[in-house]
Amino acid sequence: MRDKLIVANKKFKSRLIVGTGKYKNMSECAKAIKLSGANIVTVAVRRVNISDKNKPLLMDYIDPKKITYLPNTAGCFTSEDALRTLRLAREIGGWKLVKLEVLGDKKNLFPDMIETLKSTEVLSKEGFKVMVYCNDDPLMAKRLENVGASAIMPLAAPIGSGLGILNKVNIQIIRKQTKLPLIIDAGIGQASDATIAMELGCDGVLINTAIAKAKKPFEMAQAFKNAVIAGRQSYLSGRIQKTIIGSPSSPIIGTI
Amino acid sequence: MKKIKKIKIRVNGKIKTIIDKLTLAELIKDLKIPLNKVAIELNKEIVNKKKINKIRFRNNDIIEIVHFIGGG
Repeated sequence: MRDKLIVANKKFKSRLIVGTGKYKNMSECAKAIKLSGANIVTVAVRRVNISDKNKPLLMDYIDPKKITYLPNTAGCFTSEDALRTLRLAREIGGWKLVKLEVLGDKKNLFPDMIETLKSTEVLSKEGFKVMVYCNDDPLMAKRLENVGASAIMPLAAPIGSGLGILNKVNIQIIRKQTKLPLIIDAGIGQASDATIAMELGCDGVLINTAIAKAKKPFEMAQAFKNAVIAGRQSYLSGRIQKTIIGSPSSPIIGTI
Repeated sequence: MKKIKKIKIRVNGKIKTIIDKLTLAELIKDLKIPLNKVAIELNKEIVNKKKINKIRFRNNDIIEIVHFIGGG
């Protein structure tokens, strides 16, 4: 399929982005990513463990030359922390494509949109290509676009909740108003949720917990790969109109 | 002869006693950290990795060395 995900002028074959957190170990994570077919993975910026020098490094398992690392500000609750994290991420090896996530609520992990908007503007001015985790609020999505976001990433439901897309109408409204990549981030529970996201016209989905914490992460990674492809094809193929009146599939003429 | 002076710095939250002549490059080498996979902050300022040979420490300096780990 020639249809590709384009973010900040970069082309990606897969529309599935996967997180690298919550796996049992690095090799499980690497294998699940391979099976998912994802070209982009989110990563976190954390302190190097200076007391255990033999601790395995993510880069030894997932080659950043083959898979695009998307540094993420998960765990940041202020604009200041998020900016600091992403400036450090850029310093590690020139990463400009980043995922911004500024949380405001420790329990539900909802984004603090005031801090998020502020950070998006600063980062865009500094030359970052910012993919922004946000609420499913069309007005806020528009504001993010206006300050230079490279992708709009509304939540389906709270991070890690597995509830699926709670507000399809808002997602469709955002889809209609923006030409920016629209990627569902957080709250997906099963493969069919990803298909629905794609059928709503989203450009991609980001999955972490639903794969990492599935009973069989490798099989689930493949299920999501297929679900995203199916949903995209379904969206591009143009669904039939809904009707409450039956319409027979076999011709009436020639009935014996 | 000048006496070797020792100072205390904080590296990734842990207090370390070092000699005041130690450069950042030597510290990174001692800690066996692969420089191309990390970013370094000295007192909340990002350090240019090309200049670490010239950077020395003052008492109570705070150093953060970060890398990428698994995350969502």
